[in-house]
This record gives sequence, structure tokens and C-alpha cells, in this order.
Amino acid sequence: MANQIHSTRFQDKVERNIFVMLIVTMLLLSVGGIVEIVPLFYLKDTMEHNKHPEVMWQRQDGQSLNDWTAGAGVRPYKPLELMGREVYIREGCYLCHSQMIRPFRDEKERYGHYSLASESMYDHPFQWGSKRTGPDLARVGGKYSDDWHFRHLRAPRDVVAESVMPNYPWLETYPVAGQRTADTMSAMRTLGVPYTDADITSAASEVTGKNELQAVVAYLQVLGTMVKFDNSVDYRE
Amino acid sequence: MQQTLAQKYNFEVVKAFTVMAVIYLVVGTLLGVYVASELAWPVLNFDTPELSFGRLRPLHTNAVIFAFGGCALMAASFYSVQRTCSTALWSNGLAWFVFWGWNAIIVSAVITLPLGLTQGKEYAELEWPIDIAIAVVWLAYSFNFIMTIARRKTTHIYVSNWFFLSMMIMITYLHVVNSLSIPVSAFKSYSVFSGVQDAMIQWWWGHNAVGFYLTAGFLGMMYYFVPKQAGRPVFSYRLSVIHFWALTFGYVWLGAHHLQYTALPDWTGSLGAAVSLAMIIPSWGGAVNGMMTLSGAWDKLRTDYVLRFLIVSLAFYAMSTFEGPVMSAKTVNALSHYTDWGIGHVHSGALGWVGMVAAGSLYHLVMKLWNTEMYSARLVNTHFWMATIGAVIYIIAMWVSGIMQGLMWREYDEFGTLTYTFAESVAAMYPYYVMRAVGGLIYWSGAVVMLYNVVMTIRQASTAPNTQPAAAAA
Repeated sequence: MANQIHSTRFQDKVERNIFVMLIVTMLLLSVGGIVEIVPLFYLKDTMEHNKHPEVMWQRQDGQSLNDWTAGAGVRPYKPLELMGREVYIREGCYLCHSQMIRPFRDEKERYGHYSLASESMYDHPFQWGSKRTGPDLARVGGKYSDDWHFRHLRAPRDVVAESVMPNYPWLETYPVAGQRTADTMSAMRTLGVPYTDADITSAASEVTGKNELQAVVAYLQVLGTMVKFDNSVDYRE
Repeated sequence: MQQTLAQKYNFEVVKAFTVMAVIYLVVGTLLGVYVASELAWPVLNFDTPELSFGRLRPLHTNAVIFAFGGCALMAASFYSVQRTCSTALWSNGLAWFVFWGWNAIIVSAVITLPLGLTQGKEYAELEWPIDIAIAVVWLAYSFNFIMTIARRKTTHIYVSNWFFLSMMIMITYLHVVNSLSIPVSAFKSYSVFSGVQDAMIQWWWGHNAVGFYLTAGFLGMMYYFVPKQAGRPVFSYRLSVIHFWALTFGYVWLGAHHLQYTALPDWTGSLGAAVSLAMIIPSWGGAVNGMMTLSGAWDKLRTDYVLRFLIVSLAFYAMSTFEGPVMSAKTVNALSHYTDWGIGHVHSGALGWVGMVAAGSLYHLVMKLWNTEMYSARLVNTHFWMATIGAVIYIIAMWVSGIMQGLMWREYDEFGTLTYTFAESVAAMYPYYVMRAVGGLIYWSGAVVMLYNVVMTIRQASTAPNTQPAAAAA
């Protein structure tokens, strides 16, 4: 009985030896991930700026992040925006708000031009989200005034009666820390975000006197404003 | 007889995992009811950072997946590997290290997540020091499991162990790659990946945490506990071979279907969707294999409430593994993505499949480990009906709200403009969010009944002299 083979010779061998089973399973399990993930790092088609370099901000030597103008192209976040993004992640905003507009007519009218991969290339981690309990925020920048955002974050139902968003009264009680800002920018630079030494040394002074509410609004106000889209161009063929 | 069984096997650590799994079921689902209620009644956020939805929701997901799911899996796997291999654990000490390590990780999650310490990736929120601890404990768990199989007294490795093994390897891959980050402080780190690559890696992780942790692992549970509770051999050996290899090879590809129509290249999303459709076959093969194990013993469902849990869980499994491929089809995904339908789908798997197969297995474990019958069979039946009704209410609420959201967002009026503002779609969700919270509350109450029943069973077993017949050896 014990020597009888109930299936194929190979299957029988696998079932009799845990280490053979371990190796075979390890190999099989690795295939799907390798095929789907690895090409994304080197296929040029993945990032739109390889074909459309105008979506990136071409920074000249000596220019600071403050020399950028809206629509000039994708750039790293300014210090205050970056710290606003910190708050956004800490409070779990991505659990209810996506930042990824799909190429549908209704999404274009509701939110704007579909999102490009290049637009989130400096996002460690990405914030595309998976659920819209609240609206998409990929292009919320410039849609509302700063003052609207302040009021909305303090008490959402004061400005949008139907909202189910929590109040965030604590944000304006926390200052943005200068050293932490510089550390975060250094970490981002290690990961490939093109911050200059000057960007990092000026970080602390850029956030002096600012609180977390101002930071998160600075972040929201830049979302989707970096690229100026040409409606005659299909960025994703 | 029982004396020798308890001497032969390491049951104490299994007992500890079993009890903790039941406790975490109550805690995790209570958190779920709370965050669900916050969406219906935002006042419950109480303007308090630690109670706000964005911080508590990750605690809910981590509690049910890693605390409840993890303890249930570890109890089931450490028990069944001993019985099917007819040997004690390779190391009882290492198993206790896994128990204390895993629970310490859970405690640290309870502390750090409400404080807002997060990596910001769904279901992988825990910060880097905890991630390292997870890797160490997980590898210790896997190593102990593999070495136990290596010293088995049987010739072949039983099918439940294949599935547990597959889970252990894949979760190691996923956790290590998805959590790669550089720290800036003791409690803050940043993913080394960004944008589109980070998105693909996250959903490779996200879908396979479901696919391997909550599916392969719980299928391992199913392949041991369904035949045991039914007193019948697995319906088809061939089907289990096909089920295992197809699931192992295929599931890995599915993550990309979470990113259709996004900035992820079209080929990746389509590939994920195509394989998703094909996955109906092994999934249903497995469900049929489990259910048909009862052929010739269907009458047991009338009297054996534990068996009811196991069989109904397979019905939910079949339902959600049909729903999943449907939702991954591009036309359906265009509607369902970003809506509550996704939440409903996850919970038909989580409440219906994972929660119920685990409950059935845990009842079986309690009776075997303490060598007794349940304190109250009627309460098992009560729990069964509360779990079933609660899950069904939850799922229906999310189906309606999800499809309604999707349709409202794309609705045009006769002038060619969007009919509804986003805020109007939020307002329309209110009754369904209430209904969902009620469904969750019923499910949670069932879990409380289970906890009470388990506590009373253990108390009874440890005070009264044992009169039950000894459990049969595996």
C-alpha cells in the first residue's frame, strides 16, 4: 500500500519528500509576480514621460522648487506639501479617497484628465487608493480655495451637509517640524526623488510657523496641477 | 487513550492559539462594527484622532486578518500537521515562541495604528520594526511546520499540509517584498517603490494576502476538518491535486485586476483579469471537493451544527470565487471598482468563507483538545444562524450600495450633464451603511455567543471528571 503510486510518478515524489515539495512550490509561486512586476521597472512604455518629456518639469541649475509654476510639469513635492502628504497618510485619507482618474467620460467631467503613471513617480508610497467613499482627489488642486479646505477639514458637514468624513480639529494644533521635514526629504532623495542640497537645507525655513492643517491643504492644492494636458495628445496608447 | 494522545502531541500551544483566535474574532468584528457605524453616523469619530475612521479601519483589518485569521491558522495547522504526520511538533519551544511573538505583534499593532504610525499601504500598514518581527515569527512558524512534516511517520504528505505550505512560502515572498522600505526614524519608513510599481507590488500583496493567507491557508483547514467532522475521506484525490497546483500557480497573477483602467499598463491589468476568469475552475473544484466529501452523509447536517458551519462556508467560498472573476472582467470592473461592491465581495469571503470555516474548525478543535462535547450544542446552532444572517445582510447591503454608487456616478441627464453630484451619492448610501452596521452587529453577537460557549466548555472540561469517550487517533 505504502509503495503504491496513486497518481503520477512526479506527484508521488513530491508528496513523499517535503523538501522537493518546498522547492517546486517556491518556483511555481514566484512566476506570476516576476512576470507582472519586473517588466514595469524597465519597459519604457510604462512611464508616459519617456515618450512625452514635456510632462516633467525641466529644472535648470540653480532653480529652487519655488521657481516652478503650475502646469510646468511633474516635480518633487515642496517641503510643506511633502509634510502635508505625511498627514494625509497618517490619517488614512487614502482609505476613502482615490487619486487615480480612469479614462471614462464621467470621470473626466467629474474629476478631470485621466491620471498618468508619471504623475505619481515621486510618491513613496503611491496613494492611488482603492475606494471612493469620498471623491477622487487626483486633481483636487485649485478646485476650492484654501479657506474652503480649512473649514472643510475642521468640520466637513459645515460646508458639505451630506459628508460622512471625520472632523480634523487637531491638525492646526500641531506644528510642522523642520528637522523632520529635512529628514524626510533626505530619505526621498535616497529613493531617487531629485531633491538638491539646497532644497533640503532650506526645508526647515520653508515650514517654519506652519501647522499640519496648512501643510495638508498645501498638499491638496498641488494635486493634479503639475501637468498641463494637451487634449489632442493621447498619453497612453 | 487520551493520556497517550496528549503525551504524543503538543496540544498546549494549540489550545492557546485556539482560545486567542476566538477572542480576536470578537475584538476584530467589534472594531468592524464600530468603523461601519462611523460611516453611517460620523459623530462617532468624536473628534478624537485615535478613534477616527482613517486610523481605526486599518486596526479592524489587521485584527481580523492577522490576529483572528493568524491564530486560527496557526491553531489549525499546528494541530493538523501533528495528527496527519503522526508525530509531535519538531519543536514545542519554537511553537511557543511563535505564539508569544505573534501576540506581541498584535499588541503592538493595537498601540501603533491608532497613533497614526503607518506605512500607508493597505493591509501592510505596520511600521518597519513590527514588519521585521513579523518576518522572524513567520519564518519560525514555517520552519517548525516544515521540520514537523520532515519527521513524519506517514509515507505521503496529506493534502491539508500542501496548502499550509503554499501559504507560508507565498506570504514570506509578499511580506518581504511589499514591506521593503527605508526608515527615517524608529517608527516611520517609506516604501522603496513609488507610483505605478508600488501600486502593482501592493496589489500583488493585497490580492495574495487574500489568495494565500485567507484562501490557501483556510483551504488547508477545510481539507483537514471537513473530512474529520464528516467522518468521510476527501471526495476526490485527483481533484485535490488539480485544485492545489492550479491555485498555487494561478492565484499569484490576480493582483493586477485591482488596477484596471488605472495608469498601470493595460497588458498587466488584462493579464490579471484573464487569469482571474480561469481561476473559477480550480476554486470551484475545491468547493465541490469539500462539499462532496459529505456525499453519503448529508443527513449529518441535520444534527451536526459544526458541520453546518463547514459546509455553508464552502457555499460562500463558491459564491465569492464566482463573484471575484466576474468583478475582474473589465466591463464589470469599470462599474464596481472604487465602490462598496468591493467591500461586499471581501466580506462575503471574510464573513462567509473565512469566518465560518474557522468557526467550524475551532469548535472541532475545542472538542478534541479538551476531549469533551460543546457546553451547548444549541448555542452552536444559534451562532451558526447569527453568522449566516449577519453575513447575508452585510453582503446584500453592499451589493445594493455598490452598484447604486457605480450607476449614480456615471448617470447622465437629458442635457448630457452628470445627473448627480458626488455628495448626493454619499447621501444615498446612508440606509445601506446602517444596514451593513446591523448585519455586522448580528455577526459580532454570534461571535460573542461562540466565546461564551467555548469558555463554558473549557470550564466544564477542566472541573468535571472526564466521561467522554476518547478521540480517535488520526
